[in-house]
Amino acid sequence: MSSATKQRAEVNKERSMILQKEMAGKLFKDLSTAKETGKKVVYTFVPGNLSELIHAFDLIPVYPEINALQSGMRKKSGDYIREAEKYGHSEDVCTYVKCDIGMMLKGNIGPTGEKIPDPDLLLLSYTGCFTFLKWFESLEDLYPNVEIAMLHTPYQKDGEITGEMTQYMVKQLKEEVIPKMEKVSGIKYDEDKLKGILENSVKTENLIVDIFDTPKNVPSPIDAYFAGVYYIGPINIGFRGTPEAVNYYQELYKEILERAEKGLGPVTPEGEIEEERFRLVVEGPPNWTSFREFWKLFYDLGAVIVASTYTKVGGVYDMGFRHDPNRPLESLAEYCMNCYTNLNLPQRIDLLEKCITEYHADGFLVNSIKSCNSFSAGQLLMMRTLEEKLEIPVGFIESDLVDPRYFSYANIKNRLESFFQMLEQRKLIIE
Amino acid sequence: MNKYYLGVDLGSTTSKAIIINEKDEIIGRGITNTRANYEVAAEIARLEATFDARFNLLKIKLKNEIEDHPEKLTYIEDLKAVFQYLQFKERLEILHKELKKTVNTSFTDELKEKLSGYVDDIISNIGPGIKNEYLHGHLGEKNQFFRDVIGEKYHAEVEKLDKDFFEPLMLLFDKSITPVENEMVDYNFVELVHESIEILDEKYNGVGRSGDEEKSIHFDVELHLLEGNYQSVSESLKDHIEYIAEMEIHIANMVGTGYGRALLPFPKDSIKSEILCHAFGAHAIFPNTRTVLDIGGQDTKAIQVDSHGLVTSFHMNDRCAAGCGRYLGYVADEFSLSLNELGPLALDAEKEVNICSTCTVFAGAEIRELLNVGEKREDILAGLHRSIVIRAMSLIARSGGVRNEFTFTGGVARNQAVLKYIKDMIYASYGNDITINIDTDSIFMGALGGAMFARRNLRADLPNKKSQNKVKSVN
Repeated sequence: MSSATKQRAEVNKERSMILQKEMAGKLFKDLSTAKETGKKVVYTFVPGNLSELIHAFDLIPVYPEINALQSGMRKKSGDYIREAEKYGHSEDVCTYVKCDIGMMLKGNIGPTGEKIPDPDLLLLSYTGCFTFLKWFESLEDLYPNVEIAMLHTPYQKDGEITGEMTQYMVKQLKEEVIPKMEKVSGIKYDEDKLKGILENSVKTENLIVDIFDTPKNVPSPIDAYFAGVYYIGPINIGFRGTPEAVNYYQELYKEILERAEKGLGPVTPEGEIEEERFRLVVEGPPNWTSFREFWKLFYDLGAVIVASTYTKVGGVYDMGFRHDPNRPLESLAEYCMNCYTNLNLPQRIDLLEKCITEYHADGFLVNSIKSCNSFSAGQLLMMRTLEEKLEIPVGFIESDLVDPRYFSYANIKNRLESFFQMLEQRKLIIE
Repeated sequence: MNKYYLGVDLGSTTSKAIIINEKDEIIGRGITNTRANYEVAAEIARLEATFDARFNLLKIKLKNEIEDHPEKLTYIEDLKAVFQYLQFKERLEILHKELKKTVNTSFTDELKEKLSGYVDDIISNIGPGIKNEYLHGHLGEKNQFFRDVIGEKYHAEVEKLDKDFFEPLMLLFDKSITPVENEMVDYNFVELVHESIEILDEKYNGVGRSGDEEKSIHFDVELHLLEGNYQSVSESLKDHIEYIAEMEIHIANMVGTGYGRALLPFPKDSIKSEILCHAFGAHAIFPNTRTVLDIGGQDTKAIQVDSHGLVTSFHMNDRCAAGCGRYLGYVADEFSLSLNELGPLALDAEKEVNICSTCTVFAGAEIRELLNVGEKREDILAGLHRSIVIRAMSLIARSGGVRNEFTFTGGVARNQAVLKYIKDMIYASYGNDITINIDTDSIFMGALGGAMFARRNLRADLPNKKSQNKVKSVN
């Protein structure tokens, strides 16, 4: 039992947690019965996901990287990765991919123990991660007759989305993606239905922004990384645009506001953090195979993450973007291009700077992921720039997404301890 | 009573201890190899540092007298050498007993008698040579560890014996050395000093009479100073030696650092990250330092510090041994050389052979291949040293480059070839006006930083006390 947290008499599940569990349970139930109910299944990715369009065609989404991280947390990813390597994938390939491929090779049993159905459509709506292209090529190999729709996403090279870029994507949506979805689902595209779904998205997005803005409080009522990845769960498994998501985020926001009003810190698996000692902004995905141990290294020392970039992979809303029911396809296109890893480095730095400044962070930490190029490229440059510009202490650790071989507890602990001691000394001088 | 502060750096290869006084001056250094038992390693390093401190305090106490009579310093240094010999001798006796015990417990009856006889012969052959090296050859100043010194001598003796017994005798040594190393010997400083004085008497008496032609020039100088005079020198120092031997060295506070820090029997408040300690130590010696590179046995660190010596960022290589001290150890084994021989040989190179291997173990295969194609040993070694520095340079770049003054610390900073390439590459990458600092105490920087943290109650020392109540200690 750590000093920074206190044990609760019993684990008191918040209503939002129960709601989230019900939502995920229903989704996986729908997936497992899809063949009987005749529902069509689309495999797609979290970054740049077209949730609203998927709902407009009554398709059920499967997010392979979500399954991979779930497998990581359930300690199954090591076996899956070995299976994929046996199948011919190199040690250096993204471990989300290998975990996913391995899971399929081993019968495609999802996180709830129910079988995940084969895809009717592979929908690639974000091409900024080159690995995604290769991932779907591998899936095509596993499911030879599957339909494929690809939406090419222009990179925000100059840090802006131009009208031409949007039109380029809208054209692809109209000519490539929507016809494929119509074909697979047997349902005609209905723009009014899409607009209705988008209205729910806007409500959800406003709530998400409010929730991730609560670390403005001291102490922060939430941990915007370790708990944050749970908070973004519903939108990252395809619920954006649904009334259930609106309901969930309303409930979650209410609970967080209550905590903030009482001056309470974040809840951890071992109780709430009693003393907030360090406020950090974290860049990069977490490690999933040792998620609890990883988190504990932070909360044991009273370190709270006040903002993280990984919680923005399902949508960057901090800079004002919202889906727009009046410009349905245009806003879907802009959403895809606005995805975190599609921002150029100065944009990512600006976003991080905003988080560090607005949430009064004491330090900036990078968890660099060996096999994730989308995140890792440029991280050192970003770190140096922020260190120089904001004179903020920075730290750098390395781990992996779901390959347990690349999580070295001792090395990470050693670096984090040094980082926290460094922060403590600086606080003593500055305050 | 004077207060002293202790820093212990429990590294992966060596354990270091430093004792400082209230002016941050180093008064005692202790170093030993980190063995399986971290607690013993830390305690041995600490004891060594306190013994060293007593001799140094004696020198400080007699500073003025030493200036007028340099022979007194010679006497003190000789006394220390004998003292170190007696420590070694005690451990050698323990080893002797352990070897006999192992003979009885681990070998067949046929072998027992023969091995037991060999063990007695080996130990009695080694003893006098060791004594001579301590008393006349400055073995004590070389910072060599019991395991290394005795291992080398034992091996040499075994080589002279019946070849059939080579394997069992080496096995016997391997089985016995670890328990001996892990045993804490309770040295009594006062008794050992008295015994040392007696042995010194013998030494100087012998010197006066023998007129041995083979004495070194250095020894002739000593002889000249002390001949016919040693008794009065010894008498004049007697009371001072007694005083120093009996005085209490009051350790007011201590800090532990290094990889094994969590295993140190220190309160949690007294455990600090080695990154902070190395930076603080290096900054204390060279206050303008802004970038510190530490190459230790099993990791390399590039650290940026501010004007207070506090770390602003750091980068570590803790995954690959190919940029660390162990790499050199492995290479030395590949060439059947001692670690100390590598640097000087590499400096004799005419060119640097390009070493491509990024892995310590695979570098062995590459070395053999290069020797096969006719590359010279010196040139290969030069290439290996350069490759370590290239890796360090990449780490420095990742940490933000060299800012202003650059200080190189850690055990590898003693290697002259590494130093050469560090200097070449730092100047080439960051300009010739960069100041490069290397201190003879470079290996002790982490322990020094620890001792300095121990002396400062950082919370109380800093000007602004507002935060004192806010930050609680880490429990």
